[in-house]
Amino acid sequence: MSFAVVKAASYTLAHTPDFIPFGSTPTTAKARNDQEYFDALKKGLRSFDELVNYPPNQCYIGNITPEQLGEIAQPWYKDAAAAERTGRYGDIMPQVEFYALLKAADAFDLVALTPEFIEQANPALAAHPLLKRYTLDASKGMAAANMHAMLEEHKAEPLNMNGELVGIVKQAHDEDENLSAHIMLENLTVKATGVHAALCLEAQGVDLSEVDYIIECSEEACGDINQRGGGNFAKAIGEMIGCVSATGSDLRGFCAAPAHSLIHAAALVKGGAFKNVLVVAGGAVAKLGMNSREHLAKDMPVLEDSLAGFAFLISENDGVSPIVNTDIIGRLNVGAGSSPQAVTSALVSEPLKAVGRTIPEICRYSVEMQNPEITKPAGAGDVPEANYKMIAALAVKEGQLERAQLMDFVKKHGMQGFALTQGHIPSGVPYLGHGRDAIMNGEINSFMVVGKGSLFLGRMTNLFDGISTVVEKNPGVQGGHGESAGFDKDEARRLVAKAMQDVAARLTESEE
Amino acid sequence: MLKDKKVVILGDRDGVPGPAIEECVKTAGADVVFSVTECFV
Repeated sequence: MSFAVVKAASYTLAHTPDFIPFGSTPTTAKARNDQEYFDALKKGLRSFDELVNYPPNQCYIGNITPEQLGEIAQPWYKDAAAAERTGRYGDIMPQVEFYALLKAADAFDLVALTPEFIEQANPALAAHPLLKRYTLDASKGMAAANMHAMLEEHKAEPLNMNGELVGIVKQAHDEDENLSAHIMLENLTVKATGVHAALCLEAQGVDLSEVDYIIECSEEACGDINQRGGGNFAKAIGEMIGCVSATGSDLRGFCAAPAHSLIHAAALVKGGAFKNVLVVAGGAVAKLGMNSREHLAKDMPVLEDSLAGFAFLISENDGVSPIVNTDIIGRLNVGAGSSPQAVTSALVSEPLKAVGRTIPEICRYSVEMQNPEITKPAGAGDVPEANYKMIAALAVKEGQLERAQLMDFVKKHGMQGFALTQGHIPSGVPYLGHGRDAIMNGEINSFMVVGKGSLFLGRMTNLFDGISTVVEKNPGVQGGHGESAGFDKDEARRLVAKAMQDVAARLTESEE
Repeated sequence: MLKDKKVVILGDRDGVPGPAIEECVKTAGADVVFSVTECFV
């Protein structure tokens, strides 16, 4: 059976400075009445333009490549050149559009907005090429005074614009904590940011009505008291974006879920069960401002001030788009060791060795692609670079690379981290768009997607997880992209004729 | 250096995880009283 292909990939951001207090770090600060932190937080917020101009975000939405990002001097948050909110792969939306989309995603009248805000939001929706399909009904707005009453009774979470109340997310049940206002806010956020990402595929020419399966792979859980985490974000998103021919389900695996989803999608297509599988993920509210304490202490702005999303389409082999080579799947089995060497062997060298290939033969490695400007001040180091050094060291150990070439390998086969620290967002898949283009343009032949997940955070096991696969040039491409070799009828005729001759010869022999 | 010392281990998923450090310090004669791996991203 033919390998599935990466048909398109999209990446989006939503600027949500007023959502930062819902993040895990600010929530902890609130519980400790840490007013000093909140005073500093207010001063450390970025404007929408600063978010758009930030070079790693420009890389995420596809206006610059990771290589170009690596050439820009750090700190990236200072003096960034003016840039566009729309990129080759996606879009960065301001908070007003995000709140409007949150309301559009609300199927149970849980989001209420003031009539004044709706008047402001509708023109913004109408001006957006992808969001203009949604219009909010100003006659169904709620007065701010009524919202304040619900907030005081702890039956809702506030939607603020520059500190001013413009809406609320209400609880969906009086007693069920799984349907609390905060959980509903988190889940509606996943849905809305997932919708934004998937719609950006449409801008790339994807017909969403042809999608026949959807896998949603973020890190939240929707359900009620009787089935917490029952799902299904996938179909909720599909319903909103016109995937009328699709069914779907949610796949969870902490940060490794997107890499698992890529392989699941490729297998569903290769096996013939579905033709076009959409993988989509919305953003994580809890991770807003996660490292803000350290950033503020170092006089940096709050860089985790936005929510991310992504989507990609895995389809039947078109003879042109890069294939997902599922003959190469690295896996961290339950019985695998946990030393860095054992993990890198299981995910990188062993699956390559199994098909007679070496680590340096893969052009690029898309690992945990966290933006180091976010992680280094917080003490977590440059995560992609640490991964590359480990892969290079393994190549040296296995005799595939000279020790002196170790840092050259890091430079040549690695890349600058550029993704937001939103858990599943940076893990393996941020390079699918850039990597697809690089293969189509003939700059590289292949890249490996490596996802890792911290299962131990769920306190069910001490294990952690990882899975990998390779995306590479479609062998159907001959002498440049766009030209498919197709099916060689003459060769097929010769093979059939030869087989018939062989059968005839064997029959003759048996008669004799 | 670690012989008969009580050791608390904080491992990093993207660096060296707890169980790997545990195996190393045990060979040096340490008594591991607590070991955990955390995710810092």
